[in-house]
Amino acid sequence: MPQPLDLMPTLLQGLWVTVQVYLGAAVFVLVCGVVVGSMRSSRHRWLRWPAKGYILGFRGVPALVLLFWFYYVMPAIGLRLPALAAGILALGLNFGAYAAELVRGAIAAVPSGQTEAAIALNMTPMQRMIRVIGPQATLRALPPMGSLNIELMKNTALVFFIGLHDLTFQGRILQNDTQRTVQIFTLALAMYFVLALCIMAASRGLERVMGRGMQGGAR
Amino acid sequence: MNTNDSATQQPLVQIRNLQKRFGDVVVLDGLNLDIEIGNHVAIIGRSGSGKSTLLRLLMTLEKPEAGTICIDGEYLWHQQQNGQLVPASLAHTRRVRGKVGMVFQHFNLFPHMRVLRNVAEAPRLVLGLSRREAEARARELLDRVGLSDKADAWPQELSGGQKQRVAIARAMAMQPQIMLFDEVTSALDPELVGEALQFLRELADEVSMTMLLVTHQMHFAEQIADRVIFIDSGKIVEDDEPAVIFHHPRQQGTREFLNAVLSPADD
Repeated sequence: MPQPLDLMPTLLQGLWVTVQVYLGAAVFVLVCGVVVGSMRSSRHRWLRWPAKGYILGFRGVPALVLLFWFYYVMPAIGLRLPALAAGILALGLNFGAYAAELVRGAIAAVPSGQTEAAIALNMTPMQRMIRVIGPQATLRALPPMGSLNIELMKNTALVFFIGLHDLTFQGRILQNDTQRTVQIFTLALAMYFVLALCIMAASRGLERVMGRGMQGGAR
Repeated sequence: MNTNDSATQQPLVQIRNLQKRFGDVVVLDGLNLDIEIGNHVAIIGRSGSGKSTLLRLLMTLEKPEAGTICIDGEYLWHQQQNGQLVPASLAHTRRVRGKVGMVFQHFNLFPHMRVLRNVAEAPRLVLGLSRREAEARARELLDRVGLSDKADAWPQELSGGQKQRVAIARAMAMQPQIMLFDEVTSALDPELVGEALQFLRELADEVSMTMLLVTHQMHFAEQIADRVIFIDSGKIVEDDEPAVIFHHPRQQGTREFLNAVLSPADD
């Protein structure tokens, strides 16, 4: 294979690991964001406080140290996680805290008149959340959620430090083997960038599909 | 249910010694009010006199500090237990709240639902109608408010007056016994006010629904209401027929208020 295409198989292997870490963590982040963000918005203390604690804790620590903790400390207390699981867990919990704050903000940004209208129509608190507040909050949360996902994808490079053979790791291996630094890391950058473009496109597409009829913004 | 018996014997709404404070500010100060079935009551008064708060208490959007509200023979915020009044359970308040409907000042339509679903959603979810029944009811009401061609429109595509009509249809779809209108015209463009008032007057004539309206439009209050209440500092100052309130008010306070709002050009 001609240069630099001969580098591609190795880099693509890494890209696949990067994508796995990203997708796994993204699901985690989405679930954490919606569940914890909704709890954080609850009127009930016993739902709100654990959510506050989670956000405070996991937003205040570096993802890398969290990653080391899951990978190197957990085995010491008897829980040995595969590197992939540790990576997904650490990134998911860390970024989940940001997502929860973002969901909380989106819920709070839905005008109070919407809740009042739903009360006037005698909906239960659950019906209000699912039918009225949730859909509008989702629409507001989508653009920042897209940015957060790009941020998350770029941060998957941290799993390099626990020896996962992601795109960055594969690049370093090739660098050692071939010394073709410019080609390797330019290609790696391009791959990360294409991944980011895909996430951006998906996010825009979702916004368009879910925002039908709400042109001029959610009011 | 004993609704029919009780309805003929007692007022639809009975408010006793109602008190509401926001912090140190007393908004309603021991207010008493009876509303009979079919009454069209207009509430007038200065901003901050407690008019809108009264509606919000009736709709359970605010909780009173003291006093009782009784709707169709049932307490809104209380329930009887061993002959004593105790704070109502959520289920009880929800059931009584179902007798009340409200049209908001800013309409508060659901922006993520088309017009038809705005009207049909709550009958389906709350009253348990099937999708077909709920949509049939919604179409009928949209027809009644002259918007049958807007069923598939989004709220954002409607004019202020049209939004208001959807809001009215949405509230009526729940078949409340009393409808509350908060500041009916203040969110409309000036050129739409006349049309909206005309529409509401026709609606009031057409349906025998009990209506409680807060308004700044004295002319409108005079035409639509069979009873006008002037509230000041959280108390009812005067409560009479429109002709009396607007032309021969008995209270000094009412006269001063009407002088101030009816002849702004003289100021």
